[in-house]
Amino acid sequence: MDEIYAAAAAAFGLILDLDPDLGEIVVLSLRVSLTAVALATAIGLPLGAAIALFRFPGRRTMAVVLNALMGLPPVVVGLIVYLMLSRAGPFGVFGLLYTPGAMIVAQCLLIAPIIAALTRQVVEDLWAEYEEQLRSLGAGPGRAMATLLRDGRFSLVTVVLAGFGRASAEVGAVMIVGGNIDHLTRVMTTAIALETSKGNLALALGLGFILMTLALGVNAAAFVIKDVAQRRQG
Amino acid sequence: MTAGQPLAETAPILPLELDRVSFEAGGRRLIEEITLTFEAGPRTLILGPNGAGKSLLLRLCHGLLRPTTGRVIWRGPGAALGPGGPTRRQAMVFQRPVMLRRSAAANVAYALSVNGVRWKDRRALVGEALERVGLARLAERPARVLSAGEQQRLALARAWALQPEVLFLDEPTANLDPAASHAVERIINGFHQAGTKIVMTTHELGQARRLADEVLFLHWGRLVERSPADSFFTQPRTPEADAFVRGELLWPCAPPPEEA
Ligand SMILES: Nc1ncnc2c1ncn2[C@@H]1O[C@H](COP(=O)(O)OP(=O)(O)OP(=O)(O)O)[C@@H](O)[C@H]1O
Ligand SMILES: [Mg+2]
Repeated sequence: MDEIYAAAAAAFGLILDLDPDLGEIVVLSLRVSLTAVALATAIGLPLGAAIALFRFPGRRTMAVVLNALMGLPPVVVGLIVYLMLSRAGPFGVFGLLYTPGAMIVAQCLLIAPIIAALTRQVVEDLWAEYEEQLRSLGAGPGRAMATLLRDGRFSLVTVVLAGFGRASAEVGAVMIVGGNIDHLTRVMTTAIALETSKGNLALALGLGFILMTLALGVNAAAFVIKDVAQRRQG
Repeated sequence: MTAGQPLAETAPILPLELDRVSFEAGGRRLIEEITLTFEAGPRTLILGPNGAGKSLLLRLCHGLLRPTTGRVIWRGPGAALGPGGPTRRQAMVFQRPVMLRRSAAANVAYALSVNGVRWKDRRALVGEALERVGLARLAERPARVLSAGEQQRLALARAWALQPEVLFLDEPTANLDPAASHAVERIINGFHQAGTKIVMTTHELGQARRLADEVLFLHWGRLVERSPADSFFTQPRTPEADAFVRGELLWPCAPPPEEA
């Protein structure tokens, strides 16, 4: 027990001292996950909205596939991205493997389907409510889509936050494609895994505490945003 | 489209002609070969018991539904501009109007913006429309927290701002208290006086008596009777209309459409 208390005390020491190693890991984690979320949102939001709104061949199949992809195991995504980016793979020439770029690609692939599938749900529900009214007012498909994304924006923010939560908490994919290289591709989750196995509990606990705070904060923000919007807009 | 111009000055889209229009859904024929013409001028009220097909008929006229057979044709010279679907010259107020998640004023402004009215022209039109329905005071309130009666009036303001040539109204006073109903009826008459053709459903006989110039009576998806308002209420020509005017419920004893 004493050992754990000591580790916890040391962990808080690291955080309060703004330990440079810890800081570096946190900053890289945020950079990777935020970039991945931005990319995944740029892909997933329009894709989900298009599947919800437009009738085109293969639309239902796409919806089913997206929903299935939400459950992709991170390690498998890591493996696929590894194969794609490795020397022999189709994108080997870019030399991305074991760089933050590879981790961004992996996290993006992991959460783009989540964002697209949840967006489709939000937009479809809203469209069911709005369709006749918008058509009656004379809104064309493009205008209707913009209106739905705008009026669904609070729900969509929580969708994006869900994607961020998933990206920042995942270990398997970034471990495989990033390699957990010190000062280069070491992020919070991989560092926790490594430091724990090495017995360096202080750093692991410090990072764990930050990661947990981040996750709780994101979820709380998602809830508050929705709640406030509900109360204000009805 | 010239933004901000009074639309009454452009070529009319009326008359509206329905040519043997029928509508099927779920394997059932819900509207039976209706042929009729709506002319500019008289306020047309569509009456009929629940489930008669009043809302469906309005949606078919407005262009939200495509008839299974038959055609909906706008005969006026102004109709050549936009074929098919709802265009700016017609508006509809739904049985349950949908308000966007923004302020009352922004809801009206949205309708104008969709129809190409420029930003600087919108403000005045929005203000005037809200004034018209007595909602100026609530302009900045989120539309979805307004009461049912206020939302119904906001839907009318949205339509008013568009200055439509034809306005379809689907039971605009259902669920409203008498004072709110009267307010809505006054607004509808305001449209009429401004030259907008009113096509409206209701199942309130008193309201129909107050507003109607002519009556269409629907039953089981059929157009059973079309009469001037005076004669419809005093001497209905069909037994169904007669029973309806006397306040007898029609649907429990009437034959289902399959057997008819
Ligand atoms: N999409 C649909 N699929 C199947 N049946 C439908 C559909 N839409 C309407 N109906 C049926 O068509 C009939 C007429 O519906 P409609 O809504 O036009 O009635 P209404 O005259 O407006 O009635 P109310 O006075 O209750 O508003 C009803 O029996 C309804 O159940
Ligand atoms: Mg109805």
